[in-house]
Amino acid sequence: MEKSLLAPGHRACAGCAMPTTVKLVLDAAGPNTIVVSPTSCLEVTTTPFPESAWCVPWIHSLFENAAAVASGVEVMLKRKCKDTNVVVIGGDGSTFDIGMGSNSGMFERGHKILYVCYDNEAYMNTGVQRSGSTPFCAQTTTTPSGSKSLGNPRPKKDMPAIAMAHKVPYVATASVAYPVDLRRKVKAALRVNGPSYIQVNAPCITGWTFDAGTMIEVARLAVETGLWPLAEWVNGELVGVKKVHRAKPVEEYLKSQGRYRHLFKRPEGADILKQIQAMADANIAKYKLAD
Amino acid sequence: MSQKMSSQAYVNKPARSANMKVVEGSYAVAHAVMCCLPDVISAYPITPQTHIVEHLSQMVADGELDSEFLTVDSEFSALSVLVGASAAGARSYSSTTSQGLALMYEVLYNVSGMRLPIVMNVANRALSAPLNIWNDQQDSIGARDVGWLQIYVEDVQEAADATLQAYRIAEDPAIRTPIMVCMDGFILTHVYEPVELLDKELSREFLPPFQPENILDPSDPKTFGAFADPTTYTEFRYLQFEAQQKALGTIEKVAKEFEETFGRYVGGLVDSYRAEDAEIIIVTMGSVIGTIKDAIDAMRAEGKKVGLVKVRSYRPFPVQALREALKDASVIAVLEKDVAIGGEAGLLTDLKAALYNSSIRTPIIGFTAGLGGRDITIKDIRKIVEKADAARKKIESEFEFLDLRMEIL
Repeated sequence: MEKSLLAPGHRACAGCAMPTTVKLVLDAAGPNTIVVSPTSCLEVTTTPFPESAWCVPWIHSLFENAAAVASGVEVMLKRKCKDTNVVVIGGDGSTFDIGMGSNSGMFERGHKILYVCYDNEAYMNTGVQRSGSTPFCAQTTTTPSGSKSLGNPRPKKDMPAIAMAHKVPYVATASVAYPVDLRRKVKAALRVNGPSYIQVNAPCITGWTFDAGTMIEVARLAVETGLWPLAEWVNGELVGVKKVHRAKPVEEYLKSQGRYRHLFKRPEGADILKQIQAMADANIAKYKLAD
Repeated sequence: MSQKMSSQAYVNKPARSANMKVVEGSYAVAHAVMCCLPDVISAYPITPQTHIVEHLSQMVADGELDSEFLTVDSEFSALSVLVGASAAGARSYSSTTSQGLALMYEVLYNVSGMRLPIVMNVANRALSAPLNIWNDQQDSIGARDVGWLQIYVEDVQEAADATLQAYRIAEDPAIRTPIMVCMDGFILTHVYEPVELLDKELSREFLPPFQPENILDPSDPKTFGAFADPTTYTEFRYLQFEAQQKALGTIEKVAKEFEETFGRYVGGLVDSYRAEDAEIIIVTMGSVIGTIKDAIDAMRAEGKKVGLVKVRSYRPFPVQALREALKDASVIAVLEKDVAIGGEAGLLTDLKAALYNSSIRTPIIGFTAGLGGRDITIKDIRKIVEKADAARKKIESEFEFLDLRMEIL
């Protein structure tokens, strides 16, 4: 196997999906790539000055401007007639929330940039606070369970739909548990002459609380229950999904993590479980996952 | 000490020379930017800066200027795209003002911390609330500590010339620090004045191509924007501090080289007007200087020994040059278009600090005026001189709002 473009020795938690996701993305993109990252776990675990885990050029500016920074890189590369991949790799906080304006601008201007969101569904770098990506009824430190709360009251923001509303020509969801699929999607995205967006389910051991050895298992369950459909859209048309025959009940996925523990302890949890199952069922119907 | 403009030379300065053209201030600046051959320009509309980028976009549309021109989603993104462009090796430009500069605040620190030599014109304007689109200098004075160099210009000619000089200073390998060229909004951006537009060929000679040592390049991968813990953070800040101190010399050197190339001198760190024998010296920045010069000429004719010291470089703050320029005054009056609510005002505070450990024990009084675009008149300048004259015996007020309308309070 070729040397990874993300060197070992980074400081991410054991059992974190983020470095695995990044390695897979870099494997597919190759060395002729410039990576832009917002402020994130990725940034702080890979670049403690004077060390860096990055074997490709990498730049971090701020939390909310990675897509704008990447836009500047891309126009200068174009000006120099350089055919170099420009890839943003950021978490869901910067992607779904604080960087939304910058992302929208980059999508709308049509830069040839691949934006990869490693989605761990909360602000993990600051200690597990709710983001616009946090799923319904998941606990975070700002959406705790309590006598008047069952966790995050809102469903997850539909970021792929937002990307497609900008006419982003290539949009996909992926999972760290499906490396072949993820690598193929990165390659497909980089062939597009315009912006592309891939949202990768990337479990966080600290925020979701699961055993370190089960990270891939947890991510796979998200797909196998229908809660995280693996889909691919070209010019807004759904062109492929990963089929899920005999979908598992959502309880299997939810039970694998501490962030949903309250749903199994409290009597009101039963109704919530039904609602989450309905979300999975809706995905299965919408994407025809079972056919 | 910088070269002094003699009063005689100034008074007799011809209104027009053969090379002069009457253009809008924003056009003169846009033309200067064109002569700098920027690779990437970002634009976001905000009054009164917008004409500059409109002129630039027309130059690009007409094929007069070969630059990448990005229209972005906010001022925050306007500066952020330049972070990426500059790190990829681009000479980069944008302009902004007021709320736009405030929105950029986080990026301003980031640009200087990453030592990206971006040049930006700030069309100085008041900040909300209450909303006000007219000129004062609260916006850039409020950003005095962000690590950028700040040059304040007096007229359109200087605004254009300082923009070219700014790239030479910013891109100097020993400096590598971004610059704001601050020009009073509307008063300079929208005025039509006779100026000598920069010569493209001479500009190219004066400003060599941007060749940064470190860029984002897959053939030599480097990490930009790493995080620094307590063991190294201080040294990053120190190196920026040191670069600004070095820039004191570079600003003077570039001003002289500019004069050698273009045959006109538009100032270095500080300048003065009829200050050699002046007892009362007004210290200020920006376009109000034109009014002050007229007031000084009138008062000199009446026998009053009044002079002016202009602070052109506010960051770095030219401590030694100001000590030299002010050493013989018997009273100093600072006039500025900003206020540090809860304190006094930026220039006044910095000047007092600069003189405190010197042998100069001259009384200093400060005035804020012209906030939100209120005109500063010759009458106002006379009022300052009267108060300064009285302060020689006793300081009645260390700092005041000069043009306050008591009747509407």
